Amino acid sequence: MINLLLPPALITALEGVFALLITASITLLFLEKRYPQKNWLELKLRIRTWWWIVACFSLTLLGNMPIALVVLGLVSFLALKEYLTLCSTRTADHVVLFWAYLCIPLQYYWLGIHWYGMFIIFIPVYVFLFVPMRMVLIGETQGFLKAAASLQWGLMICVFCLSHMGAVLALPLLTGIGKAEQGPMLLFYLVALTQLNDVAQYLWGKSLGKHKVSPKVSPNKTLEGFLGGAFTTCLLGWLLGPLLTPFSPLHAALAGLLIGVMGFIGDIVISAVKRDIGVKDSGRLLPGHGGILDRLDSLTYTAPLFFHYTHYLYY
Amino acid sequence: MNHFLRILFVLLLARPLVRLWFGVTVRHQERLPLKGPAIVLANHNSHLDILALYSLFPLTLISNVQPAAAADYFLKNRLFAWFATEVVGIIPVIRGGITAGSDPLSGCKEALSQGRILILFPEGTRGEPEMLSEIKLGIWYLYRDFPEIPVVPVYLNGLGRAMGKGQWFPIPFFVDIAIGRPLPWLSEKTLFRTSIKDALLHLKQKTILSTPGQQ
Repeated sequence: MINLLLPPALITALEGVFALLITASITLLFLEKRYPQKNWLELKLRIRTWWWIVACFSLTLLGNMPIALVVLGLVSFLALKEYLTLCSTRTADHVVLFWAYLCIPLQYYWLGIHWYGMFIIFIPVYVFLFVPMRMVLIGETQGFLKAAASLQWGLMICVFCLSHMGAVLALPLLTGIGKAEQGPMLLFYLVALTQLNDVAQYLWGKSLGKHKVSPKVSPNKTLEGFLGGAFTTCLLGWLLGPLLTPFSPLHAALAGLLIGVMGFIGDIVISAVKRDIGVKDSGRLLPGHGGILDRLDSLTYTAPLFFHYTHYLYY
Repeated sequence: MNHFLRILFVLLLARPLVRLWFGVTVRHQERLPLKGPAIVLANHNSHLDILALYSLFPLTLISNVQPAAAADYFLKNRLFAWFATEVVGIIPVIRGGITAGSDPLSGCKEALSQGRILILFPEGTRGEPEMLSEIKLGIWYLYRDFPEIPVVPVYLNGLGRAMGKGQWFPIPFFVDIAIGRPLPWLSEKTLFRTSIKDALLHLKQKTILSTPGQQ
């Protein structure tokens, strides 16, 4: 059932991730020994959570589509739950929220049966038309537009955008082009580059950052961090491309650049959402990271764009 | 109360619903009293409140925990009454204060003298989500008779939205629970009432994610 004979390139890539995590854990132990007076709790929690994230994410790469779609569906479920917990919903919309949650299994089901057309229009067309209709039936007009729009936006980022991780995984199956085992490799490429881009932007910003990009939204984001991160990710994309993707070197570098730029935009857009609501973190689900949306913010932009980039050029 | 059915109820319904469907964060779990007699005071917005509170206790101790609940509501029909008293394990309280010849709190007093942990909703009823209603005085009379036992306030955030009054299907929201320190006894009724309200409102602040302005 589970195809444990992963493609050699994916095994190499996963070994790389585990090597990174082990290095991080050992470095932390060393730092704790060396500077016992400093508080390492935050970093400790962060690394421990990374282990959990990698373990769960690995489940999606085993080559079993139903398991992978269930794991990714749960990610959407947690993200939507976090979003709805934060944003104010009307008591009258209790039933509408139930329908919103029901979109998650459906959206992933379309991927499971390889129905690309439905997958791509289900939320932005049908659900977007259904939500206001269902709210009208309730008859509460006070705050109607705000309630409808914030629910639609939540479904857009937490379900539609994030389900594109599943779409990348199923891309060869959706189009009937290429081998199915390419899917997990493409998904790994997308997720690894997006997460490394976050780290790179943070490190570049921390060491060289001077010019703030958008001080009102996210005071820690600097132009230096953005450019350095995007360049690093472009380079990483170019390096990993031949191992994990069918991309030509130029296309791999462009894919890296796309992820670098879009990752930054996703991050800052979710920051604006959090700022509007008035919270610093979106939740407490991932100790050391905040909520699940804090970790997935950049993926909400990179996943759909990377999917279409790959779909257009190769599948 | 049937201990076996009670444990099944917590294991198969309360815990999965609270931990998987919702997902809870508990602040100061260590402050929860595990040995009776003790009183746990919580705000009340939903039938799920009791499930959430049960899920905080270890399974082996759960049959020593009982909630006080309105007799007029839970004993309406026989099946519901059986479920409420035998499975959920409620102690029925007749609302509306002392009437001639009967003490509405006698069940609660008996449970406390048997060394049980009593869960009380001092607002008396489920109010509007995340709005604290007026604190009823039953708790003052109870505490007066048992002044040496700990009375621990607990604030539950999110369950009123998940399934409030009049709603019958739980919608997933993340739930935050904060447990406070035992409340000191105050002989002045209104002061005691205010101290409960203040303690719950203080805990409420802790269950809300910190905002940039509050850092």
